[in-house]
Amino acid sequence: MIRTICVVLLWVYSSLSCAAGAGGPALLDANINLSNKVSLQRGARLFVNYCLSCHSAEYMRYSRMAADLELSEDAVKSNMMFTTEKIGETMRVAMAPEDAAKWMGAIPPDLSVIARAKGADYIFSFLNGFYSDSSRSTGVNNVYYPGTAMPHILWELQGEQELASESDDEHGGHGPALHPVSAGTMSVSEYQNATRDLVAFMVYVGEPAKLVRYRIGFWVITFLLILLLATYLLKREYWKDVH
Amino acid sequence: MNTVVKGLTGLRDWVDDRFPLLQLWNDHMGKYYAPKNFNFWYYFGVLSMVVLAMQILTGIWLTMSYKPDAAFAFGSVEYIMRDVEWGWLIRYMHSTGASFFFIVVYLHMFRAMLYGSYKKPRELIWVLGMFIYLSLMAEAFFGYLLPWGQMSYWGAQVIISLFGAIPFVGETLSLWIRGDYVVSDITLNRFFAFHVIALPFAIAGLVGLHIIALHEVGSNNPDGVEIKNHKDADGKPLDGIPFHPYYTLKDSVGVLVFLIVFSVVVFFAPEFGGYFLEHNNFIPANPLATPEHIAPVWYFTPFYSILRANTVNFFWIPAKLWGVIFMGLGTMILFLLPWLDRSPVKSIRYRGNIYKIALGLFVVAFLILGYLGILPPTPARTIVAQICTVVYFLFFILMPFYTKWDKTKPVPERVTGK
Repeated sequence: MIRTICVVLLWVYSSLSCAAGAGGPALLDANINLSNKVSLQRGARLFVNYCLSCHSAEYMRYSRMAADLELSEDAVKSNMMFTTEKIGETMRVAMAPEDAAKWMGAIPPDLSVIARAKGADYIFSFLNGFYSDSSRSTGVNNVYYPGTAMPHILWELQGEQELASESDDEHGGHGPALHPVSAGTMSVSEYQNATRDLVAFMVYVGEPAKLVRYRIGFWVITFLLILLLATYLLKREYWKDVH
Repeated sequence: MNTVVKGLTGLRDWVDDRFPLLQLWNDHMGKYYAPKNFNFWYYFGVLSMVVLAMQILTGIWLTMSYKPDAAFAFGSVEYIMRDVEWGWLIRYMHSTGASFFFIVVYLHMFRAMLYGSYKKPRELIWVLGMFIYLSLMAEAFFGYLLPWGQMSYWGAQVIISLFGAIPFVGETLSLWIRGDYVVSDITLNRFFAFHVIALPFAIAGLVGLHIIALHEVGSNNPDGVEIKNHKDADGKPLDGIPFHPYYTLKDSVGVLVFLIVFSVVVFFAPEFGGYFLEHNNFIPANPLATPEHIAPVWYFTPFYSILRANTVNFFWIPAKLWGVIFMGLGTMILFLLPWLDRSPVKSIRYRGNIYKIALGLFVVAFLILGYLGILPPTPARTIVAQICTVVYFLFFILMPFYTKWDKTKPVPERVTGK
């Protein structure tokens, strides 16, 4: 009976889920490596230099970041903290929300848990998805978030991109193609790697415990398996009397 | 050593002279005879108790750092996740525990349907269990508002507004539940009170009654035969074994296997792909921005599908009210199970094919309804949900007939080996 149930469910699943694809272009693969401390450090540097002027990460403490990313507190204090003197403070912005709304038309959201809400791939795609659009007040638009109020803050690194017209779409319909128009201070692959580091840092900021929970989980499960073996042997010994 | 043992025995006797300690132990553990043929399905009762204990303990520690205040709730959860020692583990155990509570309770209820555990003389155990299930749903609903994310907020908004479909008193009723015109700080505070005091108290009490009732009539078993019908000279059931040490040990093995599976989720996939912790719930509650797609957590989705499957205004009653009525009936009808089932046998092992097919269809319909409840509706999905809703209700409505017509097999006098 259970096999029949499984077959029926599989059939229903396949016939109902095909129409479930979410709208919007397919996301790029962020492909981050959280265990690479250097990548996280580079990401942190980009974050405090570019993002933190407008976006806060108000649940992330500088001291926690220093400890987790193996940076010295002095280095963090002198190179990465611009709005506070205290290492135990969280990453806030100096800009008042009302000013931000006035200047940019929207309050830049707090980015503490943005990677958990949107996913690493989305943020990576977003950071790589800006193109020139003269109809926008910021001069740019984004493939993955059309009409975004955010200017392309990393443009000097990436340079300018433009949206390919339908005719010279070389990807054969695999999402919109973006072509570089002018070069930035980074090459195409350098920029991709830099945004990858930034996304890795965002994922870390979303859940600092992620750096330790896999390792702890491994030991917890190992302990439980040993306890299970001992308990099972004890149970078997007692149950010898049951016929 | 000897003096320690002597002292402890003395203490035990001192207490026992003033409190029925040994009697309680013997009634529920040492001399409670359980059938010796329990199988895989019989672990889920004790697992429910393990999860209940875990939810209460982790809940107490979460309460120490959580702030039931619309301005601080979201931030205090992140504070627990980052700044509280082991806070992330306590929180993940609690959030994963919520989903696992429903998994083990659904499997526990399915066990009762497989082996007819709700049938005479165990009707009251089933009814008490249903009250636990309803309390658990309320507990989960109240608790889900507390992280104060977008899904918390809008999920609560949608469910409370359902009461608005009730004629005449609906609007007043939903206003009374919220304590405000929209879900607000006031709602959060009262939900917190229900979640941490009222419902845990009710659930713990009901679990006590559930077990007292069970130990009064004795456990059913996969053969559905009464072990009390065959006793030895001392009055012990021939097919029974003392709960302690036999089932305490066997259940310990089951609990450890469960904890391993549970730990895999807690440590390696606590969001469980957005089903245990929804992605949108990492966006703080915003009363001004309605999310595109509001779906309840997976354990409510079968009933949510039944609600949405009602799309026709009928008999001057709007579709939304029909949805609320059917959703309510869908849970309440389970109470009647002991009286709807007219089969002379308990266990599925000795029932005929009609019941097996009916139960199979019921399970398939329930799972499809659950799956559809996660997805946004489309016309095709609504039709499938409507078919499954009909199957769901026919399983119960036709039960008195098909269980009577079904050709049953002879039930053995004693439990079989397996």
